[in-house]
Amino acid sequence: MINFGFSINRPRTIDIDRNNLRKSNEIIREMPELQACIGCGSCTATCTAGNLTEFNFRKVHTLVRRGEYQGAYEEMNKCMLCGKCRLVCPRGINTRGIVMLIKRKLGDF
Amino acid sequence: MKHVIVIGGGVAGMQCASELLRQGLAVTIIEKEQDLGGKVRNWHKLFPTFTPADEVLSAMRHRLKISNNLKIRTGCQATTITANSVTLCSGEELKCDATVIATGFTLFDAQIKEEYGYGIYDNVITSAELEQMFNENNVHLAHGGTPKRIAILHCVGSRDEKVCQRHCSKVCCVTGVKQAIELKKLFPAADVFNFYMDIRMFGPGYEEMYREAQTAYNVHFVRGRISEVSPTFNSQLQIKAEDTLTGRPLKMSVDMLVLLIGMKSNEHNITLRNECNLLAQPSGFMQPQDSFIGNVTSNVDGIFYAGTITAPKNVGESINEGTAAARAVIEWLNKH
Amino acid sequence: MKRSSWTDYQKEVADDNYYYARSCIRQNFFPGSEKVFLDILSKDLGRNIFDDPLHTSCTGIGYHSDVVPLETIMTVVARQFALMNEAGYENFTSSCITSFGIYTELLATWEEFPETEERTRENLYKATGREFKKPKNLAHTSDVIFHHREEIARKAKRKLINAYTGEPLKVVEHIGCHYAKIFPKKGVGGSEFPYVLAGMVESWGGEIVDYPERRHCCGFGFRNYLVQANRGYSIANSHKKLESMAPYKPDFIVCNCPGCSMFLDKWQYTIAEMDGTTYGQNGTGIPVLTYEEMAGLVLGYDPWELGMQMHQVNVEPLLDKMGVEYDPAAKYLGRNGKFIGRPEQALVNSCAEESIYKTSRRR
Repeated sequence: MINFGFSINRPRTIDIDRNNLRKSNEIIREMPELQACIGCGSCTATCTAGNLTEFNFRKVHTLVRRGEYQGAYEEMNKCMLCGKCRLVCPRGINTRGIVMLIKRKLGDF
Repeated sequence: MKHVIVIGGGVAGMQCASELLRQGLAVTIIEKEQDLGGKVRNWHKLFPTFTPADEVLSAMRHRLKISNNLKIRTGCQATTITANSVTLCSGEELKCDATVIATGFTLFDAQIKEEYGYGIYDNVITSAELEQMFNENNVHLAHGGTPKRIAILHCVGSRDEKVCQRHCSKVCCVTGVKQAIELKKLFPAADVFNFYMDIRMFGPGYEEMYREAQTAYNVHFVRGRISEVSPTFNSQLQIKAEDTLTGRPLKMSVDMLVLLIGMKSNEHNITLRNECNLLAQPSGFMQPQDSFIGNVTSNVDGIFYAGTITAPKNVGESINEGTAAARAVIEWLNKH
Repeated sequence: MKRSSWTDYQKEVADDNYYYARSCIRQNFFPGSEKVFLDILSKDLGRNIFDDPLHTSCTGIGYHSDVVPLETIMTVVARQFALMNEAGYENFTSSCITSFGIYTELLATWEEFPETEERTRENLYKATGREFKKPKNLAHTSDVIFHHREEIARKAKRKLINAYTGEPLKVVEHIGCHYAKIFPKKGVGGSEFPYVLAGMVESWGGEIVDYPERRHCCGFGFRNYLVQANRGYSIANSHKKLESMAPYKPDFIVCNCPGCSMFLDKWQYTIAEMDGTTYGQNGTGIPVLTYEEMAGLVLGYDPWELGMQMHQVNVEPLLDKMGVEYDPAAKYLGRNGKFIGRPEQALVNSCAEESIYKTSRRR
């Protein structure tokens, strides 16, 4: 093997064909309301953790729905469960419930 | 007896004619196809109530049948139009006391958006073709079999300056949601993904239907426009988009891609503008005299508009405009 | 492949009397290609083409790497046109896709902003005392071959057919971004379903492979490749394409653009050395040809005369498949039989003896 001073970049693409959607389907089956998210960002705007860290609840659960589980559990651990996001969600999603569900389902990833 | 010519026998034209007949006027409908009903004729069910399109059309046909003062000229097209005359393609000139233009719209030709491979790859179909399949109760892949993963792409030929269609066609979003639900009803095990730029649920019950699609039917909505379609090794279609809500490119293969084709103004509108002194908007749709209190009147005295000739509209709005145009015609005739 | 749209994007290509502009990359990495293009035009097709020693690089590499300013490149291009006028020609044909893109772009810029053309005329006059007329016809050299493809087919000595099975060879075509992605109407077949190479392949008996990443860039990207730290994502593009085309088992790749030919060829070596992956059918790489080489093989030229020994991925498996007779011993002999050196053994060209096409066929 020759060292050329660079390596082949790994694709950033979310590859739905390659991702295993089993966990994601389980999560949606248990809490179908998650699919009602319209990406308004109210949750992140008001998020205690999101204002002080990189935590973005909306982005993490969207990635989880696409089968991108890597790091989701650790991200969700940043949530302080203060519940402000649930108060502001215009689609009435039980956001805290989602945080707990994702942590329960994706502890291994 | 005053005589009004209604050009275009779609829902707007039919409604306008029946209102005029009810008020005791003589009406001639000029329709380029062999049958009345316009684009609705090829539609399966109407959003958001899933009312069969046939039901609406037969009720409207029934209303028209009651009068002897109605003449219907099918299979012929109008060329130049004035308040008192309409010239047909054959060269024949018909006299009248007022005209209503209800010639509607043209469906966007999906082949122009080459990157989606319509006409090149099997199983890339338009929303209109899907309605046809629903009508025939025969939704299937080109070489048989049922789709397991379906993508529906919004805004094909709408909000896209690359194809000179900057306007929003208004009804495609809700059609996409309706068709997603219908597909899920047919193929509960299939995954349906809607790719959208914005979801515009403008009418009563639409937003509710959108939410139902998400939570009751598990339709996936991805905010991002598909950039290109190509074939895969096992004869599926690979689509690429950005999942803009996560900020990452996304790709997947699907069995079927439905293009929600937009509403384009008719080529004939250019003739209306150049030869009949009628004003058109930059989108090519005709310009009503006023957007609030003169929606169905044109800038030429005695020429009226009904339906999608002035802008994309849904079926209910088009029918209402038929009524409104009939009232405006009668009011105008009474003054003259 | 159904390809209804290419007929909408037809372009006018002059039939004769071309002024030829060379390509920096092609003449350095595939010098045989430019030589054979001139030979095909003048000897096989009997056309008049002028290879002018006075013309220079279009400076496109510098332009796309932010070291040559727009005004400078406009003046250089104007000088090329002036040289064409002085030589008595009206039809300009360039060997490089990037040059072709630049000529097209500058002609359009001058059309849209006439003041830039005026300034260019002034600059050229001040710098060289020359004046110029714009070409009557501008074509990439692949357009020219495409234009003559049926005549070449009639004169063909070989077809793009597997000599053992009689099956058409499976060909991956790669167009090059600057050919039609900037001005789709200036390329044969447009940008989504370009037909310039596909048309040649079909006329000469081969079969085009339409694979998922067909339209993806090879990853060259000028400044992106030139900086070593950025090469990881430059190579990742070729990697993505090769991964995507491999299942179709293509017999070879044909490229339109000198840069793409170079990168799709040489990155195969790099990928093989970095992670041991090769994409060809017998454990080696997939041969990458320029369209001049493809035309040359069809017309019966000797592969070493075409300069195919300059490739990183060995072309012998393809030559064997096509039934091309060649002298293995002459591969590294240059002019007058002088030895030109032999590259070191590389993973991309290593395969078991019994998997070599010709050998396995003979058994």
